[in-house]
Amino acid sequence: MNVKLPLKASNKPIIWSLFAAGGTVTALLFPALILLFALAVPFGLLPAELFSYDRIQGMLDNTFIKLIVFALLFLSIWHAAHRMRITAHDFGIRADGFIAFLFYSIALLATILLVIALF
Amino acid sequence: MSDVKTSQKSVRQVEIEILRYNPDTDEKPYFQTYQVPCQEEWVILDAVNYIKDNLDRSLSYRWSCHMAVCGSCGMMVNGEPTLSCHAFVRDMPDKITIEPLENFPIARDLIVDMDGFVEKLSSVKPYINAAEEKTVEQGTYQQLPEQLQLYKQYTQCINCMLCYSACPQMALNDGFVGPAALALAHRYNLDSRDKGREVREDVVASNAGIWECSFVGACSEVCPKHVDPAAAIQQTKIAATGDYFKKFLMPWKNAQKGQAPEGGDQ
Ligand code: SF4
Repeated sequence: MNVKLPLKASNKPIIWSLFAAGGTVTALLFPALILLFALAVPFGLLPAELFSYDRIQGMLDNTFIKLIVFALLFLSIWHAAHRMRITAHDFGIRADGFIAFLFYSIALLATILLVIALF
Repeated sequence: MSDVKTSQKSVRQVEIEILRYNPDTDEKPYFQTYQVPCQEEWVILDAVNYIKDNLDRSLSYRWSCHMAVCGSCGMMVNGEPTLSCHAFVRDMPDKITIEPLENFPIARDLIVDMDGFVEKLSSVKPYINAAEEKTVEQGTYQQLPEQLQLYKQYTQCINCMLCYSACPQMALNDGFVGPAALALAHRYNLDSRDKGREVREDVVASNAGIWECSFVGACSEVCPKHVDPAAAIQQTKIAATGDYFKKFLMPWKNAQKGQAPEGGDQ
């Protein structure tokens, strides 16, 4: 129950700031996307042509929009990876090094795929 | 108590199972069961006092104020960290299990060893680290009501340690500084008279501090004083992240850190 010395300054802020930013983005962005793509269109509240492949593709031709989409998805991906790492920890899985490697690798892979898909 | 008839009407037999442990004679803690005639208006602590007074004088536990102020009667009641003066028996089933607070070493029966907790509290330097000490002649430190409001909630802690028992990170890593101590650090960090945030960060933002918290939020759920330590920790994470990046962007500021004021009880 005692504080184990020596204490080290933590480098967690690097990961945590990405995680926090990703959490905010995920919480704000995904409900909107789900509302648009999974509810509004299938239920006919919005015309399907609005999100036709060509339109979205055309939108993504703009480099500025590409960068925004990249930033949003990049943050969400790393948020998810870190969340999974913490969840594993909360479930009492003590192999943090391996878990971190696993989920951050998946996140890295997803980021690479994202770059390939976008640019 | 004076009107025996009315009080007897509302008496309910409750089976109370208590974890006993005497370090001198017992190898392991064991459960002992008591039949307690509980009154309608009793809290758990009344039932435990009844056992002590009428059934078993050897039972050891801490209590003092019986009004959720002293913070000493925390116990696990049916597996939940509970202030035993703050939970009615009438809200409980006919069988109640009472154990010492989880995540602490047992000293004897329901009494836990709080040395580690006290050490953690003092490790965050929970006193005003003023920019400069004022002499009596120079007068008092002034503060506006709005400035007080900022941190008042975090002053309400009664050191009952329920949050430490509820915290799953505490269970995994008992070196974690923990909810109450981090909330206390936040209380001083938010105080307009205080300038000690960077000094506290040596512990607060260390590998044993805020970053151990994964925001489960159990601490805030069990806290009898609505301190909301989980919120304090999240706010501290934001502030500490800002400070961390500032150190890279403004390295010339780091030199001042060593000279940060160390007021208080030294
Ligand atoms: S923060 Fe709440 S639960 Fe934790 S010790 Fe203080 S009063 Fe008790």
